[in-house]
Amino acid sequence: MTYHQLVIIGGGPAGLAAAVSAREAGIEDILILERDERLGGILNQCIHNGFGLHTFKEELTGPEYAERYIKKVIELGIPYKLKSIVADISAKREILYVNAEEGAVTVKAGAIILAMGCRERPRGALGLPGYRPAGIFTAGTAQRLMNIEGQLVGKKVFILGSGDIGLIMARRMTLEGAEVKCVAELMPYSGGLNRNIVQCLNDFNIPLKLSHTVTEIHGKQRVTCITISEVDKNRRPIPGTEEYYECDTLLLSCGLLPENELSKAAGVALDKVTGGPVVDDKLQTSVPGVFACGNVLHVHDLVDYVSEEAERAGKQAADFISGKNGGGKYVPLIGENGVRYTVPQKIDPENMSDSVTVRFRVADVYRDRYISVYYGDERVKHTKKRICAPGEMEQIVIKKDSFDLAVPEFIRICVED
Amino acid sequence: MTDNFNICIIGAGAVGCAIAQQLSKYELNVCVIDKEEDVCSGTTKANSAIVHAGFDAVPGTLKAKMNVRGAELIRQLSKTLDFQYKQNGSLVLCFDENDMPKLNELYERGIKNGVSELSIISGDEARKLEPALSDKVVAALLAKSAGIVCPFGMTFAFAENAAANGVQFRFLTEVSDIKADGNGYVISTNKGDIKAKYVVNAAGVYSDRLHNAVLDDKIKIIPRRGEYVLLDKDTGDLVSHTVFQLPTKYGKGVLVTPTVHGNLLVGPSADDIDDREDTQTTAAGTVSVKERALMSVPDIPYNKTITGFSGVRAHLDSGDFIIGETKDGFFDAAGVESPGLTAAPAIGEYLALMIVKKCGAKKKDNYISTRKNIPHVAELAPDERTKLIKQNPKYGNIICRCENISEGEIVDAIHRVPGAVSLDGIKRRVRQGMGRCQAGFCTPAAIAILARELKIDEKDVAKNRPGSEQIKESL
Repeated sequence: MTYHQLVIIGGGPAGLAAAVSAREAGIEDILILERDERLGGILNQCIHNGFGLHTFKEELTGPEYAERYIKKVIELGIPYKLKSIVADISAKREILYVNAEEGAVTVKAGAIILAMGCRERPRGALGLPGYRPAGIFTAGTAQRLMNIEGQLVGKKVFILGSGDIGLIMARRMTLEGAEVKCVAELMPYSGGLNRNIVQCLNDFNIPLKLSHTVTEIHGKQRVTCITISEVDKNRRPIPGTEEYYECDTLLLSCGLLPENELSKAAGVALDKVTGGPVVDDKLQTSVPGVFACGNVLHVHDLVDYVSEEAERAGKQAADFISGKNGGGKYVPLIGENGVRYTVPQKIDPENMSDSVTVRFRVADVYRDRYISVYYGDERVKHTKKRICAPGEMEQIVIKKDSFDLAVPEFIRICVED
Repeated sequence: MTDNFNICIIGAGAVGCAIAQQLSKYELNVCVIDKEEDVCSGTTKANSAIVHAGFDAVPGTLKAKMNVRGAELIRQLSKTLDFQYKQNGSLVLCFDENDMPKLNELYERGIKNGVSELSIISGDEARKLEPALSDKVVAALLAKSAGIVCPFGMTFAFAENAAANGVQFRFLTEVSDIKADGNGYVISTNKGDIKAKYVVNAAGVYSDRLHNAVLDDKIKIIPRRGEYVLLDKDTGDLVSHTVFQLPTKYGKGVLVTPTVHGNLLVGPSADDIDDREDTQTTAAGTVSVKERALMSVPDIPYNKTITGFSGVRAHLDSGDFIIGETKDGFFDAAGVESPGLTAAPAIGEYLALMIVKKCGAKKKDNYISTRKNIPHVAELAPDERTKLIKQNPKYGNIICRCENISEGEIVDAIHRVPGAVSLDGIKRRVRQGMGRCQAGFCTPAAIAILARELKIDEKDVAKNRPGSEQIKESL
């Protein structure tokens, strides 16, 4: 069995940034396993701009953003295998991957970084009633067909869900000559970035109907029409509010799910809220030497944050390989009262870096509220936010020296008046 | 153009293909026609995928006979024709002491029908077998001979074996009329006339139309829709047996069962509908099925649902199948509803023998009695998998990441006879797109492979029948 110091599963933005940072931290023997035929992951199909404002202080398209990291990987001579899908990972850090050239190969890793990304919630998981004809796509599938394969999936489009990919596709399909009738969103607020609502819907006069959902899909062969209804505050359709939209296509942008089947196989404990691994401040999962970053860990809003997180994972994996293990006492981080989750979920104050960024999402749209951090019962931070929304990730920074005097039993992060 | 056959089977579902497979052992010129683009496109594609033990049907009926014999044949044929079948046993749950007579009646019926390994067990014994069962279960009928089967896999196995032995398949061929012409029948279709000495009506929810075109004694199929909910594979071990409910005052029970692929299946509802093609799911139906299943297994994790679907069964109010030569040279397999999937091979055997007896056909000397399924490469040991990939690198190119299906398997599905010509045809043969992302990631690749292998434009690749193309315009 071949051995590598570090195996990175996934060659998208997370995997690439993790590889670069691990190499810069001195890890020579790295292997990236990528299932697609090129590096870059989903960025390759995101041909719109808006990437890199934080990382590079300029606006790049998805492929351009990916290219910067791919170049670095190539310059640094980091080996990668394309069209190589990982079929299994064990808790002993043995990885089984499959490709057409080598067959099924098992490699042993000193450390693993999980960077497999996420998938879209499909129609079946949403339980949308009606027929199951052609013409129903998740927004990302339609995006790939359009931007990579050059195929337009529909001419008259209805979009359910205001996730960012759905918003981006509303604009994209409009630019390609399709008529986007409307975007409906189950929740009373959008799940996407505000800038996308402005630039992708408002600028093209595409209506956004909040608190609406699809209640019937019509058409036996191809979608012919959909019925939408307004929903009450329990998200149940209100009879009598039905509206009909003639369309040939229904796009779904109703949430992303971190793809952790391999993590589960390795025995990695998952967080019920994020769907991703439970990690400590080093982004290490419950399995020693297995790290996670990017959308496999939790769904991000901006790729810039994915890169930053992945760089940390790469650095921490390098430390692990060099024998710098933690082993201190963990302090749990608890998100509550409007804070849905935190990543990481626990911190080791004794062995942490000088500062750790904690990311989270809020449960509702809040205006003029405070994000508070408690060490035990003591409030140590109380920061006013003009607006927070579920579609945008929030973060706080916890400094190592804040534990100089005392280490709390737990840390709470919450939304307060 | 008129084509001549000894026998024309109308309907390429489980029943039609089973009849074709049985007839293909004989020196006969047989064709199977179907209005859809592929086999397995009607009731066969959407049902409980259960091999019933045979205690449900009233003793002495065709349903009872065909069920018990069919279950036995499926066990045998799953080996020779290589399709997925598992004898997992079933439980019928009783929730009320007052209903015990009904449970006992099922037991008695089973004994009369010749079902082996039947027993009535206590609620505690049932929970010992299935810890996820409700505390409210007071007793259960355990049928160890019951099983689960891949309805697609079984039907493709029958069809491929029949085709290997010379049976012709014609798709997108819709019957408009059947007339006796003195020396057999003339079947009028959208693709021209077909002449056959004998006709077999295996047209599922349309079997009354064919029957009524030929016979004066009219029948009426009532399309009965059943909705199902399918859960992710990580829930498939919640129960190991197929768990039925005794019918209660709240209605006919729903089942909770693992599938041969490891998913968890919940359903069906039962709604009589007008439109035979009405395979919609409904909000009310889904909710009702889900709630009723919780009576058996209270902790079904519905947040792991990956899809919902519905199928239409061919119900006859008379209550039994109509199987046999109902007019000279016209053979019915009509009203085949539950336990139709289990019964299918028995119906095939029964009707084939009847037809062979009538026409005096001889057995073939060169009959091919076995068939191998497309390899599922992900299930092979790594060294075997590598060996196969070295022979054909396409087996190493994984297209469907959820179900781990390779390009090689998809290409095989397309080139089998009869082969996949649509995305659904690939899906049913090799499970590409059947996993938790429901074809989100692999649809573009599947479209490209289908177009390449069939030498058609990607725009013309359809989900199933013409009109269900996925791409509107190439840019």
